[in-house]
Amino acid sequence: MSNGKSHLSHSPMRLAKERLVEAILFLAAFASVAITVAIVGILLYESLGFFRHVSIVEFLTDTQWTPLFDDAHYGILPLAAGTLVTTGVALAVAIPLGTIIAIYLSEFAPHKMREIIKPFLELLGAVPTVVYGYFALIFVTPLLQKIMPDLSGFNMLSAGLVMGIMIIPYVSSVSEDAMRAVPMHMREGSYAMGATRFQTSVRVVTPAAFSGIAAAYILGISRAVGETMVVAIAAGMQPNLTWDPTQPAATITAYIVQVSLGDLPHGSIGYQTIFAAGLTLMLITLIFNIGGYLLTKRFREVY
Amino acid sequence: MRKLMIGVLLAATVIASPIGVQQVNAAGAVVKIDGSSTVYPITEAVAEEFQAATRGKVRVTIGVSGTGGGFKKFCRGETDISEASRPIMKKEMEACKKAGIQYVELPVAYDALTVVVNPQNNWIKSLTVDELKKMWEPAAQGKVTTWKQVNPAWPDVPLKLFGAGADSGTFDYFTEAVVGKAKSSRGDYTASEDDNVLVQGVSMDKSALGFFGYAYYAENAKKLKAVPIAAKAGATPVAPSIDTVKSGAYQPLARPIFIYVSAKSLEKPEVREFAEFYLKNAATLSEEVKYVPLPDKAYVMALDNLKAKKTGTGFGGIPEVGVSVEDLLKREGKH
Repeated sequence: MSNGKSHLSHSPMRLAKERLVEAILFLAAFASVAITVAIVGILLYESLGFFRHVSIVEFLTDTQWTPLFDDAHYGILPLAAGTLVTTGVALAVAIPLGTIIAIYLSEFAPHKMREIIKPFLELLGAVPTVVYGYFALIFVTPLLQKIMPDLSGFNMLSAGLVMGIMIIPYVSSVSEDAMRAVPMHMREGSYAMGATRFQTSVRVVTPAAFSGIAAAYILGISRAVGETMVVAIAAGMQPNLTWDPTQPAATITAYIVQVSLGDLPHGSIGYQTIFAAGLTLMLITLIFNIGGYLLTKRFREVY
Repeated sequence: MRKLMIGVLLAATVIASPIGVQQVNAAGAVVKIDGSSTVYPITEAVAEEFQAATRGKVRVTIGVSGTGGGFKKFCRGETDISEASRPIMKKEMEACKKAGIQYVELPVAYDALTVVVNPQNNWIKSLTVDELKKMWEPAAQGKVTTWKQVNPAWPDVPLKLFGAGADSGTFDYFTEAVVGKAKSSRGDYTASEDDNVLVQGVSMDKSALGFFGYAYYAENAKKLKAVPIAAKAGATPVAPSIDTVKSGAYQPLARPIFIYVSAKSLEKPEVREFAEFYLKNAATLSEEVKYVPLPDKAYVMALDNLKAKKTGTGFGGIPEVGVSVEDLLKREGKH
């Protein structure tokens, strides 16, 4: 033992190894920071080139987006509106359904049921988004057209609905984790006061887990804002400033895939629009994330 | 979707060939093609036959970046063959020249650029070029949004437009023929380089109108309605068909389509073989996929040009409309 002690404290080899491991761990952690900074840097740099041609005022206020055509307009509003509408529709599906599923799984479902439902939910999240896209276009849209005969073949409604289904697992599994983390004594306290199971889950567990549930919603929003394939396939790729989900429209992401497919020459204004659009997308996500952070901080419950 | 189809075809060829996978891996000769989605159906048919004929020794990859997108890659030396639904343009000629890429221009067929509406559309029997212009010119952007605005006799329903994207040769040709200036179009329509997306869009929307190559219409004739086109108000409208293209009656939307082969790539035996195979089979295969074959003379002439590596274009790099079969022959003979 005494031998071992001197061995522990004095071996330079051991110290060097420890340093090396620490350095590797640091590099791994630092890489994520460096990559994020690099991406932001490239986005900013290339967008600067864009904003030398197009004023920020025009970018933010023009109501048309036709950068590749003769009558070129560079207003991000139609794309931003498309992104917000599809995201809105998706959230209208995912948040209620996801939350209800989470409450059921965490508070009501018997163990066996949970074991059956959870894998299916996870499977829902594992379906490739391109499959969801064609599902929206070929199955959901014709179905919706039976109810609304005037619905366009490409529309944001169908894309948004399917995107909502896609996001359900993200919302439900993170929310459920948060709810299950609520200490049992809080539930027991509630039952002791004579509350029913439903009252307990809605009035005690859900508020207690709110910060985690809000994080789940934010994750869902980020996922919906950044979703590409579903909207590119089913929503129509037509820059269209409208808040009506039955209309076709292009989202920011759909525009980026569309022009990237056409192989734009490096340095052209069309090429730079990709980065300006990308930057806008990042800012939107950032705003939601900051909002989510503030929200979770405000409502954090400490036990 | 198409890439998937190509993949399936490739797999089929591999399975069909007696030695199978081994052969493909061992050979690894590749012919790289990209460009117009209008020419794609012919090239795909040729590639399929070619791969079967060479027993999978040569792989052919075909992209659909659009004519413009295809030329951008071609002039950077990334592809061996570029498909084009219009002749090469000045800017692209310069880009190729700068990069030292020379090319042989080979006309492979004629296409009838087809204007389509939904089968449920009961108010359109024919369209004049002027009416098309009213729908598509840049001045219509954001303003002409219903059928009634184009012609008061038509109902007041939204006008949903579907067309080729800005990188497409079909887009260049259509705008040149209809608006009067290539690339001059409104921007607020559903644009895609992939014609299947456009077919899907028009077939699902009662008040839609779109345009693309005849092959895509013929393949989906049940889901679409082709509109007869009158060159001028008062002229007899002509429906697109193989006969009306041959006779020269379908104007101004009939057009020759091409492949451009890089002179440098012609040094590779597989590219030379493929190009020759293409010309020898273009007549039968183009008809199979609903394009209009050129007269035999044209293929013989193109084959001579290919063998002699006669580079350059029979067109001046300026967009033109209404080049007849005869005219095309003369030009290809000259340059």
